[in-house]
Amino acid sequence: MKEMKYSASRRNWLRMMAALGAGAVSQFIPDGVRQAMAASKLVVGAIYVGAKDDFGYNQSQAEAAAALRKLPGVRVVEEERVPETIAVQKTMEAMVNEDGAGMVFATSFGYFSPYVLKVAQEYPSVDFSHCGGLWKPGMPKNAGSFFGYIDECVYLNGMAAAYASKSKKLGFVAAKPIPQVLRNINAFLLGARSVNPACTVSVIFTGDWSLPVKEAEASNSLVDQGVDVLTCHVDSPKVVIETAERRGIYCCGYHVNQAVLAPKGYLTGAEWNWETPYTILVNNAMAGKPMINFLRGGLKEGFVRTSPFGPAVSAKAKQHSLAVKARMMAGDFVIFKGPLLDNSGKTVIPAGVVQAQRDEVLESMNYLVDGVIGHV
Amino acid sequence: MHDGVALGSLLLALLGGIMRVSTPFLFVSLGECITEISGRINLGLEGTLVFGAMSGYGVSWLTGSPWLGVLAAGVSGMLLGLIHGLLCSLPKVNDIAVGIAMMLFGTGISFFIGKPLIQPEAAMLPSWHLGSWSHDPQVRDALRVNALLPLGLGLAALLRLAFKRTRLGLVLRLVGDNAAAARALGYHVVRLRILATVAGGFLAGIGGAFLSLYYPGGWNEGLSSGQGLMAVALVIFARWDPVRCALAALLFGAAGALGPALQSQGLTQGYYLFNAAPYVLTLILMTLSWRPGQTLAGSPGELSLTNRS
Repeated sequence: MKEMKYSASRRNWLRMMAALGAGAVSQFIPDGVRQAMAASKLVVGAIYVGAKDDFGYNQSQAEAAAALRKLPGVRVVEEERVPETIAVQKTMEAMVNEDGAGMVFATSFGYFSPYVLKVAQEYPSVDFSHCGGLWKPGMPKNAGSFFGYIDECVYLNGMAAAYASKSKKLGFVAAKPIPQVLRNINAFLLGARSVNPACTVSVIFTGDWSLPVKEAEASNSLVDQGVDVLTCHVDSPKVVIETAERRGIYCCGYHVNQAVLAPKGYLTGAEWNWETPYTILVNNAMAGKPMINFLRGGLKEGFVRTSPFGPAVSAKAKQHSLAVKARMMAGDFVIFKGPLLDNSGKTVIPAGVVQAQRDEVLESMNYLVDGVIGHV
Repeated sequence: MHDGVALGSLLLALLGGIMRVSTPFLFVSLGECITEISGRINLGLEGTLVFGAMSGYGVSWLTGSPWLGVLAAGVSGMLLGLIHGLLCSLPKVNDIAVGIAMMLFGTGISFFIGKPLIQPEAAMLPSWHLGSWSHDPQVRDALRVNALLPLGLGLAALLRLAFKRTRLGLVLRLVGDNAAAARALGYHVVRLRILATVAGGFLAGIGGAFLSLYYPGGWNEGLSSGQGLMAVALVIFARWDPVRCALAALLFGAAGALGPALQSQGLTQGYYLFNAAPYVLTLILMTLSWRPGQTLAGSPGELSLTNRS
């Protein structure tokens, strides 16, 4: 006990001395870079909730972090398997104090509130970028959120699924009913219904981001109910995609390209391209500009991309999909517009109302649209 | 949408759940049963399960033979069992504390060594298609059985027989029930307990191989999500009877399939509750099998968990 106290106070003393030394010059150095100056490189921390080669979300983030390593003047430190608890706060503090991080990418949804907000307040000179949160004015200026409009790609997934499906029953294995997941489920259905209005999407919520046995059970029970195209929104789609292939049905990928896991049934997939926002944010910090608090982009901005079509996608489906994708790239395609009913019959978007991609209302979505079989 | 839940389909889903989900519970609980009968409790089997899953997957990937992977999983389980057994044989060492340490050690070392195994695709264990007579894909899938399940069920029956009829089984029970008496009769108590822990580790490791090499298949750090711990709890309400362990494991498999099966049929309200079914079941069974002021019937007398003194 005594020893711990001693070392903690020694660390504080060292920190104080370093601050005194740095304080003299720090007036002339912009925020965000100040901390990193000691090492003359910008140290960027990346924090993942799971393993960084999981064929899923964490891999998509780690690929972007790996791309950052190639930038001159950037050093990357990473930590995997950090739970969405006080643990992430400690990790962020350690990255700032021990590694001298000038910028931290906190990539899991549950990190944002209260942990990122709290640490951002504690270290005003460090930039904290969170993936997926909703930054609002009044929150710390050195915190921010970035995200991609992946529902565009999921909409295209839905179209491919509708063309491939015979039963017109599609399945969706989801982790938790949070806005981003619901938006994807709804986009998947709307994409499918744009091709064939008879399509339905059955959803199973497993309750957490990574539960392989439950995800496999969910996939199997969906197939048992006659679903012949599966997709998912869990941290690692590996189990869902492999189960679909094993049961001889089609699937659409998510997070990264999973075509190798399902060479026969993989139709297409919605992939992240985090390299784009990571690079924007890091260049911004290195240029000494204030933190970008709210950064979003879709297909057009290169934040997301689609997997190449699999062998089971028909020529007609490809053509239709590419036409819609071209409109998305041009920025004149709207997924969520009225009249739109939820699956209990309530109007969620009245006729004539258009909620375009950047509409922040979409980021607090709490309904499943008509045609989705499931309950939030 | 609400055309009700098709009972036949639900029962089939539960059957499928038994075939797919219960095997790891079965092997871990049988292993724990052997260890506890000898008078020790090994809470570390969650770690053994994960370590077995990782090493089984690794060996299957390296050699191309999933059965070699199963063997490797068993052997690595034995290794962890041996560490637990030896540590607990030191004076004044508490087996529960060592078990918790072994659980953390087992999972930690698996994540550490298993890093490069997340991406590669190892050869999977084959399955028997007992439902090939049917045209219903659900029946066909529910009746896909891996050889490890009947093997485990047979082992449960054999173990029950062994504990009742064979010399080794009776000696093991004596060691677990009254170490002083066993010592007086000239048996080497410590050695037998180490052996029982090693055997328990072997079975738990095989349970892990089922996870990574059959269902859900693949090595991932979230693979087990606490199944090893559940299996330990299962032994207690199975009252240290291998056959009851097997029945409880099957029940758990079915309960695990309940949540997804109901959701896929459109019964989507309260899915958190259905997903919690196996855990709720554990609590209910634990409560039912326990009465205040009374030791559990059939519990080994030397077990630190339920010590009578």
